[in-house]
Amino acid sequence: MALIQRKSTRFPNLLSRKYAPYLFIAPFFIFFVIFGLFPTLFSFYLSFQEWRQAQGLGAMQWNGIENYTFTLTDPWFWQAFRNTLSLGVYGLAIQPVSVLMAFLIHQTLSRFKHLALALYFLPYITSTVAVAIVFSMVFSKNAGLLNAILAVLNQIPLLGLIVPNEPVDWLGKAATVQPSIALLLFWRYLGWNIILHITAIQAIPKELYEAAAIDGANVRQQFWRITLPLLRPTLFLTVTLTIIGQMQLFDEPYILTGEGGPGRAGLTVATYLYLTGFKWGEPGTAAAIAWILFVFIVIFNVLNNYLFKGEGRARG
Amino acid sequence: MQGAKAISRGTTRRTAGRRGVSLARLSAYLIIGLGAIFCLTPFYIMLVYGSHSAAEIFSFPPPLWFGDQFFINVENLLAVAPFWRNLWNSFYIAIMATAFTLFFCSLAGFAFAMYDFKGRETMFTVVLATLLIPGFLNLVPFYLMMQAIGWIDRPIALYLPGAASAFGIFLMRQFIGATVPRDLLEAARIDGASEFGLFWRIIIPLARPALGTLGLVTFIGAWNNYQGALVVMQSKETFTAQLALGALKGAFRTDWGALFAGTVITVVPLLIIFAFTSKQLIEGLTAGSVKG
Repeated sequence: MALIQRKSTRFPNLLSRKYAPYLFIAPFFIFFVIFGLFPTLFSFYLSFQEWRQAQGLGAMQWNGIENYTFTLTDPWFWQAFRNTLSLGVYGLAIQPVSVLMAFLIHQTLSRFKHLALALYFLPYITSTVAVAIVFSMVFSKNAGLLNAILAVLNQIPLLGLIVPNEPVDWLGKAATVQPSIALLLFWRYLGWNIILHITAIQAIPKELYEAAAIDGANVRQQFWRITLPLLRPTLFLTVTLTIIGQMQLFDEPYILTGEGGPGRAGLTVATYLYLTGFKWGEPGTAAAIAWILFVFIVIFNVLNNYLFKGEGRARG
Repeated sequence: MQGAKAISRGTTRRTAGRRGVSLARLSAYLIIGLGAIFCLTPFYIMLVYGSHSAAEIFSFPPPLWFGDQFFINVENLLAVAPFWRNLWNSFYIAIMATAFTLFFCSLAGFAFAMYDFKGRETMFTVVLATLLIPGFLNLVPFYLMMQAIGWIDRPIALYLPGAASAFGIFLMRQFIGATVPRDLLEAARIDGASEFGLFWRIIIPLARPALGTLGLVTFIGAWNNYQGALVVMQSKETFTAQLALGALKGAFRTDWGALFAGTVITVVPLLIIFAFTSKQLIEGLTAGSVKG
């Protein structure tokens, strides 16, 4: 009795067992409403406004869907969109490679498994700025490592025939800008994808492999018949994460090519959004771009969902 | 004892002979090794170039071994950017982000894991649903808000708004729910502990592993943050290290030696932290996406 008395005088019923959990989760909701929900709603409102920020908040003017029609008829937007898509297609190459690497690591390494995973994971924890700085030197025309490697490969008979014998200006030509960015992204996210896949591979019961081995299945058959089908949920997840990440790609192409580089080949939708809002001073249009991008991300994920589910049904 | 050893040694040798050195295994090692080299090469280049002058970096063939220009590069870097200040900004923001995130997320995770209250499931669903709102959607309004409340160029704009993160709450809820027995809390209540006392005296010490993981993830994320900082921090003095390097790279005349030295300085601390915590960090980062 005395204890309860003392407690209630020290913490007048706010921290009673009944209300404490609400108080403990309140910070999340307060922060979310202020810094998440409000700006999101405001962004929606803003996307229907004609506004030059320099004129102050009062100068906002309703202009209907003009920001949307402007964006959807702007060739720069569609170019950025195509660039983002084609970078996304390059990006999907990471899935088969990372699944295969995860399988190989899981099958062959035991003592050095963690070391290998840690090494592959390093690029993921490195800042995009650092990565872009290093890669802009890797891609440099006259002093770049990539061209130096190609020059060596060029000396090898046969192989030399398919390797360009002139140094390539990777970031200086529209045709090679996207492959360069894609290589950087591949390098950066390979380890992350391997780890997601290997975590799922480890969860597959050993008995399945043992039973298959008894039935005479070799490693390759085990991979196609056991590992890959059971990886479907994880593959779905990594493809989803890749789509979401690729569609809002900003840091790497922006640091590597600024406003898109030669032929604006490195201009992504997120860069276009940033430039519209912050360099060209049109927050209303930028907000409209953000919502258009959001709708596309939703569409792609619905498609992805549909593809994965549909394929699953077909296979029974 | 002796016999047992001999037998086990015999078995190992037999297994090794049977499938140890097959061609398939060797080629698997080769592929894994080449992949590791592919992943490490850029780090090696970074370290090597950081110790060479710009002229040496741009010579042909490019340097492949360490030079002796690192400290000169650092001096050159400091001549064009207040880089120590920028580093301190990054560090301060990352530490504050970590402290606030740990506090708010463990508190909310504790509530979701250990209390039965009305609306718990709904609210937890809402927390997870917020993860679906992509950051770019409110980039512009966020900037306008920061401007309106005077947080432009203030570190608080980068560490406070994201402090109660849904990912962190999810991580803490899973861990606390799985490791802390409810009876323990009941016992402490009978002994007169307050609800906040339960959190502070029991949950925090028991949740240390998860706090460590969440802390690492948060620290690294805040340290590497680029787009958010790009929008909010606008003067050379308030730039984070990442912004300072990004600006330097985009500058009209870039001293690549200095730029690489700066890159080394921002990356190496993370590599050292990672060397000691990689297991915990990898598990933490994948926890949200795989188990969820």
